[in-house]
Amino acid sequence: MNQGRSTFLTVMLYIGLTFLYVPMILLVIYSFNYSKLVPVWGGWSTRWYKVLFESPEVWEAVRLSLQIALVNATVATMLGTFAGLAMVRFGRFRGRTLFGGMLVAPLVMPEVITGLSLLVFFISLKELFGWPAERGFTTITIAHITFSLAYVAVIIQARLTGIGETLEEAAADLGAKPFKVMTSITLPRLAPGMLSGWLLAFTLSLDDLVIASFVTGPGANTLPILIFSRIRLGLRPDINALATIIILFVAVLVAIAAYIMFRQHKRELLDQQMALSGGD
Amino acid sequence: MVNQSSVRSLVNKPALNTDKPLLQIRNVTKKFGEFVAVNNVDLNIYAGELFCLLGGSGCGKSTLLRMLAGFETPSSGQILIDGKDMSGVPPYQRPTNMMFQNYALFPHMSVERNIAFGLEQDGIHKSEIKDRTHNMLRLVELQGYEKRRPNQLSGGQRQRVALARALVKEPKLLLLDEPLGALDKKLREHTQFELMNIQEKVGVTFVVVTHDQEEAMVLATRIAVMDKGQFIQIGSPTEIYEYPENRFVANFIGSANIFEGTILENNNNSLKIATELGEITLEQSSALGVGASVFLGVRPEKISISKDPSASTDGYTTSGVVEDIGYLGNTSRYKIRLDQGTLVDVTAQNHLRPQNRTHAFSWEEKVTLRWDASNIMLLKK
Repeated sequence: MNQGRSTFLTVMLYIGLTFLYVPMILLVIYSFNYSKLVPVWGGWSTRWYKVLFESPEVWEAVRLSLQIALVNATVATMLGTFAGLAMVRFGRFRGRTLFGGMLVAPLVMPEVITGLSLLVFFISLKELFGWPAERGFTTITIAHITFSLAYVAVIIQARLTGIGETLEEAAADLGAKPFKVMTSITLPRLAPGMLSGWLLAFTLSLDDLVIASFVTGPGANTLPILIFSRIRLGLRPDINALATIIILFVAVLVAIAAYIMFRQHKRELLDQQMALSGGD
Repeated sequence: MVNQSSVRSLVNKPALNTDKPLLQIRNVTKKFGEFVAVNNVDLNIYAGELFCLLGGSGCGKSTLLRMLAGFETPSSGQILIDGKDMSGVPPYQRPTNMMFQNYALFPHMSVERNIAFGLEQDGIHKSEIKDRTHNMLRLVELQGYEKRRPNQLSGGQRQRVALARALVKEPKLLLLDEPLGALDKKLREHTQFELMNIQEKVGVTFVVVTHDQEEAMVLATRIAVMDKGQFIQIGSPTEIYEYPENRFVANFIGSANIFEGTILENNNNSLKIATELGEITLEQSSALGVGASVFLGVRPEKISISKDPSASTDGYTTSGVVEDIGYLGNTSRYKIRLDQGTLVDVTAQNHLRPQNRTHAFSWEEKVTLRWDASNIMLLKK
């Protein structure tokens, strides 16, 4: 019976993996297709990669997307960390519940609504103050920060609750002033949470099509906007090549993360062994 | 409420200066909303003491300790350390250090940096920090472990790092929250003595919070038994054990056979009390009047048990049958059903090795119990 269950699970696992990865594998294969028509096989070729590398607007979109993602991730991590700290460490303050609710609202808000409201907001800002003069990098970045920081705040809150307050109390007890406690204890302990928050904010920004489409202006195309607008004119092989490069990029990142986690796990095991053998 | 007379017994010890208390807790109350965690407590602790706050979970002992460290603010009352009022003084400016329950070592720092952390905050010169850190490592016998991180240490080693880190700043008052709670039994017994030796060596005043009565008995110069946010009794371990003031203390520290009684006569220094065991006369004075209800307690080890009914008739003698036996090796615990129905706990040393490999007494055996009237503790409710 045990044997039967494991066979069933194995089959389910392969079905799941197939659903996840066959489309991507197809995409990679077709990116090497010589034919101009995506579904027609015309033999192996790197022709579309060449086309891609010679197309300036694609590189312009990549540059814009990365810039937005970098600024967004950094600012969102900072603001989200402060918000998380305020929620978990500052005790009860006036409007804490309201603040907490408003902090997570962007997580459940439909993207179209967020995008639309931000567009209205930017237009009225321009009417009132003349800023931002035109929509593009600035508006998309601000829009991304507004929803990314909610994700970061949630991660930071969870991490802060997890690490508890005792270490900070111990530092204060040993004479560390609040700022010193923050820099020497809280932030180092929080660093893994901040890193995952940063990475999540970075990915969310790279990923976003809907909100960026709302708040972008003429000429400012992020990568998702570019890909989507080209797809509307029909499947194009050079987009497959671009997607393949993105997949490769993500795969390398995941591999690095897995390696770091593996090393950390190994180190923990070694520490444990050391504690047991060197113990008294 | 609380008898401060117990301090008198300490006056004989030359090390303690009882004129000037190091720590004064004056009518301190701490409320969390409606819940009163610490209820109007009053206490002086003197330099050089190893003072234990003993009580079950939720009795307020940890809250009181946290108020001393500055992590909680009293709702009312005052805390003075060395004569200075501590209200409004943040933890990082208090002359106290704390050893936390699960040590709270900084996991991202080496043993050395953990210990040096407190000194670094005071802007002490690097070479002096190194010296003092090194001295502490020697005191707790952890030389050679400087570069290790806390999770590369065993539980006992972590405990010693925590102690070193708390002592390195030479605080006036060291607060220890369940210092041995995370160690296993054998190591705990060994560490109790180590802790006392270190306290004697460095001469720092210790305030220890514990729920473990044995730990408190071994460590403390004085114990405060706490319940529901109040001190029930304060005294030396012997006073607390041999002269408990009330039923709660008698039951919380060790165990006791407790009988209800009514005072029949109260002549100076002699009380006649009617109990379920008959009339008992105690040679002690009491402010209680005739007709007052009291409790009498007898510790199980202060009752002698024998098979011979004709032995001396000194003290109180009664007989019963063995209902249950708990064999602990060095001692045995018996539950004896007295002839008139009361169940009594008796503990006896097994100082003779039984030659036939059986127990000294057996179930349903008829035995005689005897105890001296001077061993009877008069308890308030």
